[in-house]
Amino acid sequence: MAMLEVKDLEVYYGMIQAIKGISFEVNQGEVIALIGANGAGKTTTLHTITGLLSPKKGSVLFEGQDITKVPAHKIVSMGMAHVPEGRRVFSQLSVYENLKLGAYTRKDRSNIDKELQSIYERFPRLAERKNQLAGTLSGGEQQMLAMGRALMSKPSIVLMDEPSMGLSPILVNEIFDIIESISKSGTTVLLVEQNAKKALSIADRAYVLETGKVVLEGNAKDLLENDSIKKAYLGE
Amino acid sequence: MSFISYLINGLGLGSVYAIIALGYTMVYGIAKMLNFAHGDVIMIGAYVALLSMTHAGMPVLPAVLISVVACTVLGLLIERVAYKPLRNASSSLAVLITAIGVSYLLQNIALLMFGANAQTFPSVVKWKGLSLAGGKLTISGETLVTIIVCIIIMIALILFVQKTKPGQAMRAVSEDRGAALLMGINVNGTIALTFAIGSGLAAIAGVLLCSAYPSLTPYTGAMPGIKAFVAAVFGGIGSIPGAFIGGILLGIIEIFGKAYISSQMADAIVFAVLIVVLLVKPTGLLGKKIQEKV
Repeated sequence: MAMLEVKDLEVYYGMIQAIKGISFEVNQGEVIALIGANGAGKTTTLHTITGLLSPKKGSVLFEGQDITKVPAHKIVSMGMAHVPEGRRVFSQLSVYENLKLGAYTRKDRSNIDKELQSIYERFPRLAERKNQLAGTLSGGEQQMLAMGRALMSKPSIVLMDEPSMGLSPILVNEIFDIIESISKSGTTVLLVEQNAKKALSIADRAYVLETGKVVLEGNAKDLLENDSIKKAYLGE
Repeated sequence: MSFISYLINGLGLGSVYAIIALGYTMVYGIAKMLNFAHGDVIMIGAYVALLSMTHAGMPVLPAVLISVVACTVLGLLIERVAYKPLRNASSSLAVLITAIGVSYLLQNIALLMFGANAQTFPSVVKWKGLSLAGGKLTISGETLVTIIVCIIIMIALILFVQKTKPGQAMRAVSEDRGAALLMGINVNGTIALTFAIGSGLAAIAGVLLCSAYPSLTPYTGAMPGIKAFVAAVFGGIGSIPGAFIGGILLGIIEIFGKAYISSQMADAIVFAVLIVVLLVKPTGLLGKKIQEKV
């Protein structure tokens, strides 16, 4: 059984249909990439999975449970964290307060402190800036904070939306190294990226979205060699 | 000596405005709406306290407590019935107009139930106050109690927002509702809590206001409500210390205006000050500039 299963999802913004029947699945331990151009429906898909949007048709199953109608604020405690597009850290709160909010639904206080320490080890720059307001961090640091904040809930799967957006090439590499290490430590990753090359290089499998539909799917390595992918997304 | 006496009276009146403004500013900061019915919740709170004391013959503290509970419930009810269904409305005008409607509704319910005649509100403060400088300067018990209560409320609110988990949730919701949801914060619950706190404070403000100015009508809350809104904007809407400073300054300006310029012009002076402040500093005294991300 797949860990996360999206079935025939259809999502509308008012009268406009953004998602036209998307289906895909994510297995335990995988890194799955959703790639596609602007407006393909990648972010909409993630928002629908975590309940920020509700679909008109279709369903989302997580660990066998139908979560299509579960309110957004109850998703994270089920083990699914979402690093939103544009980081969306709480800029008026300190780095430490942001991380604590990541563990908002957790009751096990002593483990939260352990989690915090491991986040600080993974992201030493966050430890250095823990009392700084999140709004004063650089883009790369904010991305790390958004990731760390999601990891504070100790998720079994983490959804990441455009983590490399707006970052310098060096930072992009650093962010992708972090995603790989998150995956190695046992967390399943569903990654939405416009940087298809980088995404495919770390993913196990990928789905290509075009105007609200899955047009291609397969092993990431195969897709990297696929001619139409090369042309459309890899700039080769 | 009269200058100091005016100043202290201004502090007392300003403290009432500050307590009301705290409710305005918290609701604005977290629910992103102007609750124009807030002033009328004050009036309802005062009626509940009055009836508890005069008809039910209750002592002061239980009467105030009942008034706080009644207003908290009323605030939650208003939020649930009138504002929550409009939270995702396409225009934010919808909820603003509804708030004005709720304001008139509360005034007219009070008119129907309690009549238009002014009722005398017995002061809840039994303390005679202080007489200083050989009797030249007297400070009423009401004024002192109001100032003390206001300071306690403001400190408690700041501690609550900074140090407690629901307080952190409020700050998160105020900044980014979607991201707050992703943290597992119940945004609807947090907004309801904000209304509950604001309305509970409105009851306290109502009792203190009517203790100092003991005439209660269904319109008693309207003007202080508007002035507290001015105070909240003056201090920087959304900011708790801003509401406090805005309220206090407004009270002092009003009393000084009455004393030294013209008692008829006092309200006009208050609003003129608001206009000047907003021209010079559009975000209010402590308001933060919101940066639009491109």
